[in-house]
Amino acid sequence: MPFFFYSFAAIAVIGAICLICFRNPVNSAISMVASFLGLAALFIGLNAYFVGIIQILVYAGAIMVLFLFIIMLLDLKAVERRQRSNPLFLIGGTVIPLIFIIQLCIILPQVPNQASEPLALKEAAGDFYDKDRKPDEQSEIYQSLENGSLPDVHLVGLTMFGHKDDNATIKTPGYNFPLQIIGVLLLVATVGVVALSLKKKDPLPENSEH
Amino acid sequence: MDAVFIIVSALKVFGFTFLVILPLVAYSTYAERRVCAIIQDRVGPNRVGLPATLLGFKKDLKFFGLVQPLADGLKGLFKEDLTPAHVRKAFYWMAPAFTAAPAFITLCVIPFGSAVTLFGHEIQMVIADIGVGPLFIFAIASLSVYGITLAGWASNSKYPFLGGVRSCAQMISYEISLGLSLIPILLFFGKLNLTDIVTHQATNGWLLLPLWNENGTVIHEGYWQSSGYQWLLLLPMGISFFVFTTSIFAETNRMPFDLPECETELVGGYHTEYSSMKFALFFMGEYAAMIVGSALIVTIFFGGWSLGFGLDTALLQTGDGDWKWYAGFIHLGAFLGKTIAFILFFIWVRWTVPRFRYDQLMKLGWVVFFELALFNIFLAALIIAAPHIGILNTLLFGFPSLTIIAALMFFITKANEEKRRIKIT
Repeated sequence: MPFFFYSFAAIAVIGAICLICFRNPVNSAISMVASFLGLAALFIGLNAYFVGIIQILVYAGAIMVLFLFIIMLLDLKAVERRQRSNPLFLIGGTVIPLIFIIQLCIILPQVPNQASEPLALKEAAGDFYDKDRKPDEQSEIYQSLENGSLPDVHLVGLTMFGHKDDNATIKTPGYNFPLQIIGVLLLVATVGVVALSLKKKDPLPENSEH
Repeated sequence: MDAVFIIVSALKVFGFTFLVILPLVAYSTYAERRVCAIIQDRVGPNRVGLPATLLGFKKDLKFFGLVQPLADGLKGLFKEDLTPAHVRKAFYWMAPAFTAAPAFITLCVIPFGSAVTLFGHEIQMVIADIGVGPLFIFAIASLSVYGITLAGWASNSKYPFLGGVRSCAQMISYEISLGLSLIPILLFFGKLNLTDIVTHQATNGWLLLPLWNENGTVIHEGYWQSSGYQWLLLLPMGISFFVFTTSIFAETNRMPFDLPECETELVGGYHTEYSSMKFALFFMGEYAAMIVGSALIVTIFFGGWSLGFGLDTALLQTGDGDWKWYAGFIHLGAFLGKTIAFILFFIWVRWTVPRFRYDQLMKLGWVVFFELALFNIFLAALIIAAPHIGILNTLLFGFPSLTIIAALMFFITKANEEKRRIKIT
């Protein structure tokens, strides 16, 4: 449905523009949330429910709440009265987007302007058919492809953790190890942040200045 | 997209929102006041009925005060809508809608019943049958933090702000245990579609009360003998249920955890500066969130719309496994019955359990529930994996490593606590 695509794309773009145009940081944060919601809707429009929902859950629901939390605890008056910034920033801020716009203008004419065909889900189901199993014991992916819905959650899992079944036609290498490494990396970063924030408190006991 | 689909969807949205949920919201406020009155040995609102004396009758018809919610709503609409001069106008006006809207949106993935066949069309009793049900609910429900936080901030006064900040911290903390406590269940079902989860429970027994099985026999022999150790799963599922239900209490800012609107400390919390219908919208949002929470608990742990005891297959299915045309309505009744039971449970808890202190609340969320839910995931995964890796491996490697993980978590927590106690004294 092009109507939904254009309306949600408009929400995403307008939100992004408002994000940089508003003086008040709270307004900016809320327009960023609107932009994320538009993006999530675009993902859902592409049948990628999982990615869209995670977009809302992680970015709009968790990260931006923390942003807002911190912005609200700051003194906003000082930020709103901020003076004009360096003209160099202005030049940089116009040149870099200009390069991107030129890139877009070069790429867009090369894309064929036609409506995409609906996904051939039933044909794809054949690749997940397991000959050794009974028809009603086939995998979740096969069954929902047969029913005409895209099992995007299970496909994400399949891509992530690979496929061990020897009988299935499609096999993916799986990214289990990189995924675990990234998880450990994030954990290390979190522990590091906590350690850094704790260190400053130690030398001075509280209320020593008063 | 055909016209029938659009019309049916619009009817479902209208029907479920205005004919099912909004009356439920109104009457849960009534139930709250009546139950509270019973617990405190009072009468409660029992007067508002039809004013028959206006028509010349001797007595008004009281109906146990059942018209009270209507009177409350009218009062909210006709009261003066005061906007204080010191507030940040735009956000002050938006905040009540931000609170109320997400709670109603989440309803669209909850299956209210099986299918109804009308005029040759089979109609699923769920507005949007999507494959990421519980995640969708968490995602949209997490947006309701904005309403409360912005209300506190936009009111531009100290107590509402404290309430808003408190609620923000509380909801973020409990979202974690809420999400983690659901993972064992998703491991067990292997899918995220709420309709499929309920259908599975209708044939194989409810998750927490698996007293019957596919044949409708109570305590089916195979259940205890099967190599799947299915009955062992009751332990992690029970823990999940406990953590999940308590976290729902915290997420909806209900009583043992209603710190954001703690009257004794914060005057009225984040809605101190609000009056008339804007205040009522916060109220409605809170109750709608409670209803969604109980509906979710019922859907996941107590079989959603299924009647249980094998009655679904015996009474409501035709020979070839399809639902009879009226099955959806009976299932809707069963679902609403279970949900109302849970709403009454929520109300009961509110008037029974005293309020937590704020540090106790945070400790419960981060130290107890987070660890418990994390441990629960490992436990459920081990039990599910046991038949695949063999009993010997499970006992030799699985359980020792699980014990080590649990001990580690316990000692780290304890050590942290000791350190903190020393610092304070």
